[in-house]
Amino acid sequence: MGATHLPSTEFDGTELDDQLEAQAEAALGVPSTEMVQLLGPDGTLGTDSVFSEYAERLDAEKLRGFYADMAAIRRFDQEATALQRQGQLALWVPLTGQEAAQIGSGRASQPQDYIFPTYREHGVALTRNVDLAELLKQFRGVSNGGWNPKDTNFHLYTLVLAAQTPHAVGYAMGIQRDQRLAAAKGVGSDQGADGPAEPKAAVMVYFGDGASSEGDVHESMVFASSYDAPVVFFCQNNHWAISVPTAVQTRIPLSNRAKGYGFPGIRVDGNDVVAVHAVTEWALEHARQGNGPVLIEAFTYRVGAHTTADDPTKYRESSEEALWREKDPLDRLEKYLRAEGMADEAFFAQVAADGDELAAYIRKSTYESDAPDIRTAFANTYVEAHPLVAEELAWFEEYSAGFAGGDEGEGAGR
Amino acid sequence: MTTMTIAKAINEGLRATLSNNPKSLLMGEDIGPLGGVYRVTDGLIGEFGADRVVDTPLAESGIIGTAIGLALRGYLPVAEIQFDGFVFPGFNQITTQLAKMHSRSNGNLTVPVVIRIPYGGGIGSIEHHSESPEALFAHTPGLRIITPSNPHDAYWMIQQAVNCQDPVIFFEPKRRYWLKGEVDTESAGPAEDPFKAQVVREGTDATVVVYGPLVPVALAAANAAAEDGRSIEVIDLRSISPIDFDAIEASVKKTGRLIVAHEAPTFGGIGGEIAARISERAFHSLEAPVIRVGGFHMPYPVAKVEEDYLPDIDRILEALDRAFAY
Ligand SMILES: Cc1ncc(C[n+]2csc(CCOP(=O)(O)OP(=O)(O)O)c2C)c(N)n1
Ligand SMILES: [Mg+2]
Repeated sequence: MGATHLPSTEFDGTELDDQLEAQAEAALGVPSTEMVQLLGPDGTLGTDSVFSEYAERLDAEKLRGFYADMAAIRRFDQEATALQRQGQLALWVPLTGQEAAQIGSGRASQPQDYIFPTYREHGVALTRNVDLAELLKQFRGVSNGGWNPKDTNFHLYTLVLAAQTPHAVGYAMGIQRDQRLAAAKGVGSDQGADGPAEPKAAVMVYFGDGASSEGDVHESMVFASSYDAPVVFFCQNNHWAISVPTAVQTRIPLSNRAKGYGFPGIRVDGNDVVAVHAVTEWALEHARQGNGPVLIEAFTYRVGAHTTADDPTKYRESSEEALWREKDPLDRLEKYLRAEGMADEAFFAQVAADGDELAAYIRKSTYESDAPDIRTAFANTYVEAHPLVAEELAWFEEYSAGFAGGDEGEGAGR
Repeated sequence: MTTMTIAKAINEGLRATLSNNPKSLLMGEDIGPLGGVYRVTDGLIGEFGADRVVDTPLAESGIIGTAIGLALRGYLPVAEIQFDGFVFPGFNQITTQLAKMHSRSNGNLTVPVVIRIPYGGGIGSIEHHSESPEALFAHTPGLRIITPSNPHDAYWMIQQAVNCQDPVIFFEPKRRYWLKGEVDTESAGPAEDPFKAQVVREGTDATVVVYGPLVPVALAAANAAAEDGRSIEVIDLRSISPIDFDAIEASVKKTGRLIVAHEAPTFGGIGGEIAARISERAFHSLEAPVIRVGGFHMPYPVAKVEEDYLPDIDRILEALDRAFAY
């Protein structure tokens, strides 16, 4: 399927509808409302006319890696929750239940791709080699993001819901321009004089079912569609936006919304790491090759509370949580690995030991992570010299110096 | 030296920017073949193509948000907001994202986005087309806000805004788009710091601080006052954030009286900020309280009565009378 453009002159709704339906089917082999699933809750591998091919490329080592990642991030999540309970973190945003959606999609990305997370994408952060200790700084109140996004191509968390979605599209528009600038200069192409071509890149942006109602998601999808921007919209439908169920945000599968913008939308079992990986690999490659955006809706569930400040008993039945625990992403992969003889007891023991080590590291680094000097905030408000900031900083220095002579303890801290 | 209007000067400034920096690009509603509703981008799409002069979907949050993304990828986007009253769908992106990105990334990321906004009244237009929302942005740390009052500044300041590594909101005095003046396009670069004020008329008895569309009004008021034997110094602020308090302080220490005039409502406005700072810095030099002249605390009124709302020569003279009578 090439990029199909909307009819520019006479707008025929029926024709467009058929066209998009055909496009989705041609591209995916499935109508967009069906959910792609490969590894079922019982741990058996099913087939899919389009995506089985991707699953077949995953060898035992890859699958064990997915399991290890998911177990690591779950362990990390538990440790962070404990640190919050101990007062070491102001707040924690747990991801338990969403490991497959995050590890599967994150592992489908390539280093040159750029990722914009929301605030719960700890699993994606792991796949992008973000130091997980840095991730906790935001929740400890010592930084708004301890890592440099340029090192990992993993952007800072964005707490204003959906605000990062247009950034992703703009970034993708930049990638398009880079490619065209390079082409104009004769580099980047296979015959380029300056060595091998840069690998093609795409952008992936995460947001939730609740955030899908924000206007920024709509505007982003319009921009992405209009410019065929290489961006994958990855929506984790975890069924809840704090206390509000998805039915209040949408009456149709969220993936169906893509059709209205003129690009493919796929609903995938978000607790099936194999399917998520397959679908995301397809989508990112689709985008990298210049075919425009894709929307992925990962159908998953937030098993824990929204945050450590939340109380889900006030708005949902524990039976619902129990139902989803049966679809647990780790359990099903463990079953599969064991049944196929791809992993033995020693492997799972090693995963548990690695988890303990990670937890110890996280604990230690959190205890050691201190408040920054507020002078860094003065320094980072603007890039270039700013007279008001300079004036206020000078005042602050003088004011602080006034404490230095008297009470040692007070003065030393300033 | 070439004579041109402010609109043309910005157009030429943008042309120079696009020529000098391959990473710069313009984006906005109707800025392509139409050249913008005020024709400020006239002809540029023909010269630089649709990758550099981008007609966007009609969505201000999308415009600012994608500009941020382009900046993160190393581009220098200049986004046009069609009218002052329509910046608000993009307000979230400007205040929670653009203004904070450098700070919240601990200095790792920069977002050198320029946002051009035609602003101000006096053009007899319908609602939302005559507003002065600068104070809403000035209150936001992380942003810089500048506004030219003449073609020479317009030509250079837009280029300086693009070269600035911080986000800059560039307010264009729309009722002065057709004001003509000499522009020195030849000099290697502008000598004037865009974040510094300029004394545009020297005087000894009182200082009037204005910016953008009110600069000609203040100059006319100063001429009228001169007939009464009052020597008025007029300062063109040029930069609303940061404000060049040093320049105002130096002037007030000489004149002893200060009037600040702007079209925006006085309450919570730039005039109040200047009054407070100058009373701290030059209390003993002041012969009278700092007096603000500005819009009333009401939504911008209908066009047929905007003359009663907008500060004009008489409103500035009346404020001067009060200052001298104190
Ligand atoms: C613009 C905005 N409005 C409200 C909030 C407060 N808030 C934080 S998370 C949340 C729910 C988000 O739900 P969803 O998008 O489904 O993501 P999830 O938390 O389920 O991962 C709300 C309302 C916010 N962060 N930003
Ligand atoms: Mg949710």
